[in-house]
Amino acid sequence: MAKVHVTTTINGEPMEFLCEPGDTMLDALRGTLNLTGSKEGCASGDCGACSITLDDRLICSCLMLAVESQDHEIRTIEGMANGEKLHPLQQKFLEMAALQCGICTSGMLVASDALLKKNPDPSEEEVRFWLAGNLCRCTGYDKIVRAVMETAQELQNQEMRAQ
Amino acid sequence: MNLVTNNKWIGQRTIRPDGMDKVTGRAQFAADTTMPGMIWGKVLRSPHPHARIKSIDTSKAEKLAGVKAVVTARDIVDFPIDKGAVMLGIQDMRWMCRNVMARDKALFPGHPIAAVAATTEAIATEACSLIEVDYEVLPWSIEIDDAIRPDAPILHEFNKFEGKPSNIAGRIEHKKGDLAEGFEKADVVIERTFTTRPVHQGYIEPHACLISVAPDGKTTIWSSSQGQFMVRAMTAHLTGIPQSDIRAIPAEIGGGFGGKTIVYLEPLATLLAKKSGRPVKMVMTREEVMRATGPTSGSKSTVKIGATKDGKIVAAHGTFYLQAGAFPGSPIRGAAGCSFTPYDIPNLLSEGFDVCSNRSKVAAYRAPGAPIGAYAVECVLDEVAEALKMDPLDFRLKNAAKEGTKAAHGPIFPRIGYIETLEAAKNSDHYKAPLGKLQGRGVASGFWFNAGGESSAQVNITEDGNVVVTTGHPDIGGSRAGIANICAELLGIDYRRVSVIIGDTQTIGFSNLTGGSRVLFASSMVVTQSTDKIIQTLRERAAKIWEIDPEAVKWENGAAHPVSPNAGQFEPLTLEELAEKAPAMGGPIGAGVQLNTTGADGGFGTHVCDVEVDVDLGIARVIRYTAVQDVGRAIHPGYVEGQLQGGVAQGIGWALNEEYIYTREGKVDNPGFLDYRMPVCSDLPMLDCIMVEVPNPKHPQGVKGVGEVPLVPVMAAVANAIYNALGKRFYALPMSPPKVLEVLEAPTREAAE
Repeated sequence: MAKVHVTTTINGEPMEFLCEPGDTMLDALRGTLNLTGSKEGCASGDCGACSITLDDRLICSCLMLAVESQDHEIRTIEGMANGEKLHPLQQKFLEMAALQCGICTSGMLVASDALLKKNPDPSEEEVRFWLAGNLCRCTGYDKIVRAVMETAQELQNQEMRAQ
Repeated sequence: MNLVTNNKWIGQRTIRPDGMDKVTGRAQFAADTTMPGMIWGKVLRSPHPHARIKSIDTSKAEKLAGVKAVVTARDIVDFPIDKGAVMLGIQDMRWMCRNVMARDKALFPGHPIAAVAATTEAIATEACSLIEVDYEVLPWSIEIDDAIRPDAPILHEFNKFEGKPSNIAGRIEHKKGDLAEGFEKADVVIERTFTTRPVHQGYIEPHACLISVAPDGKTTIWSSSQGQFMVRAMTAHLTGIPQSDIRAIPAEIGGGFGGKTIVYLEPLATLLAKKSGRPVKMVMTREEVMRATGPTSGSKSTVKIGATKDGKIVAAHGTFYLQAGAFPGSPIRGAAGCSFTPYDIPNLLSEGFDVCSNRSKVAAYRAPGAPIGAYAVECVLDEVAEALKMDPLDFRLKNAAKEGTKAAHGPIFPRIGYIETLEAAKNSDHYKAPLGKLQGRGVASGFWFNAGGESSAQVNITEDGNVVVTTGHPDIGGSRAGIANICAELLGIDYRRVSVIIGDTQTIGFSNLTGGSRVLFASSMVVTQSTDKIIQTLRERAAKIWEIDPEAVKWENGAAHPVSPNAGQFEPLTLEELAEKAPAMGGPIGAGVQLNTTGADGGFGTHVCDVEVDVDLGIARVIRYTAVQDVGRAIHPGYVEGQLQGGVAQGIGWALNEEYIYTREGKVDNPGFLDYRMPVCSDLPMLDCIMVEVPNPKHPQGVKGVGEVPLVPVMAAVANAIYNALGKRFYALPMSPPKVLEVLEAPTREAAE
């Protein structure tokens, strides 16, 4: 079967690629575009390790077809830091040991970022329910939840100071 | 022992050396690696739980366009099953060669039958479907009771137990005193039988590898494993390639918990790469991971404990039957050897039975065997304490093992920290907090042996006066951070000047697996000794420059200083200055140490768990949890807490939801994360940790292993909490909603009758 030509935006940059009609976005990211930060843990949308955003909506890239990214905006873990400057969530995950093996970390960070964009001041319960789609087998989630809440707090404080 | 006190980095929450790569998505896990010319390998797996393989016809698959190689058991080195054991570490190659590829018989659904390499994954998958296998389907058994029945279908005919072919592949026992005499003295005797279901380690990263074999046989393996040296040795044994020709490079590993201490894909990918002349990549699907790797044993345990009125345990008997899966090797040593170990029991018999059945071969899982045994023992202890009207922690305190206690598995304990964990639990705010309606609190303790073993390190000073440490153990939970802290502390420099690298098999000396709670214990011992050698060299270099005796030079704050004004008046020489002068002063500065490390102390923990039960839905929720553990010395407290919290979360899953469910055809019915229900973020509360630090006197930094103990007491703590919430006891895991409802509704049913 002939491959499909897709034009899209990934992490703010225009991108073009060819894919099979049945390829998932995760296949395209990892296989074709060499953006391997998104991980495949289950291929069934149950672990969240492949979390990306499509037009700012959090999704599992293993559940989306690559062709569906045509004319849309994709963001992945590779687009989270601004050059040498880490995103505050990335920095906090490092400082608070909110990762162990690191395989879920990309997805956790993308999902946490999507949460804070939607709800800058989440309660612990809101963080826990938002991240319920991202499995972590190492940390017991404690440090991840704390890192997300502390980042939210810091960003809120910064905003208050800026006002 | 001269522990570094007043420390700057040991005990600090430094940023891990590999952290930046992992938060930016740059870290290279095994499935992220590619190579020019790479092709894909796929495995054809048995649909049957038990079947004789009469023939395999691969001709159609071989003819499919794009297929580059096909391998079957014929291509793998055979270790005859009925001859003696061929041990490689803890694995017997007789089982390993049959586990990676079925030989004569398929022994579980998912058992590899053949493997194909093709230019795309899709073609490899299609080729697998073209392989024709003629099976003679045999009767099978999955559960322990079925496998040990006299008329059970036997997996391995040569295996005899008590003179007859049997699925019982082994028995161990630990014995002390006289059991009958002990029970006679008891005022209270309680005996219960418990069952647990197999659970999977549940690492998020599936097994993966990329392997290239050059025409001269030189082989390079990138793979996800808990030990690159284990990968090298097993692949060499199973393919016939000498170890010196195989370079096994450890990729970052996305979790293991014991499940990545054996090989599944590497020998197959190596043979496919050898046959095809192309690099071969293999990645398991989640379904393959669930069907054909891991899990730990399901079990059936009977525990009998007798105590006197004043609360002293006088006798105990435990019988632990553990499922091994298709090949012998269930963790009976952990079950029988750890479960009673926190207690000083004069009369004891602890027996373990290794039972084969038609499910995938079990793999190690965090303190293998110990959580299964502790679940039974710690629940019975709770019942005995209740019968004696004693607080469960007081009861444990009264019987606690301490310095001088002879453990059932042999050693006499040195100074240990078990009592401290009980006292800390008892004094915690958590233990004193009031409970609400339908809430209950449970406690339980746990022990794990911990381990030492082979480790190698190389420490080199760079020309600009920084440090590169290379060790040979994959870092799963943050061991690089601990090593950086220790090396920086000893050298008196900033931890960011220490780069910590995991060497591959051809660049660093032999190092055993990352497992058994041994890595920071073993690696920091060889890193300490290597760094000490470097400091000695640096003192000698400074002494030469100053023309004084090396004994008159001390190393402090990253520089050489005269020990006292008597030694002379000299400006300190820093690490950078000495590195710069190195070419003229004796050459490169580096040191390596290889050791078979000894002196690992056992680890103890005591957990307090609160649950709340929704009696309409049958859902037990953990609402508060405190894990107390003697951690020896917390080199990096953040990652020590991480080990405690991660183990607790796994235990809560094991207690409440996780289990392998089988179809009537003997297949795993829930081989994915949707139906195999691991705890998600919203299932858990914050997990509190209390780290008791009783340093290990036989380790230069006081290190004890910390990774396994946190899983050991959890299921019992949850079960005891549910009992205290409901007044009803569960004797089977998991305590999932349908089973909770069943137990809750039981008396109503009786009343109706």
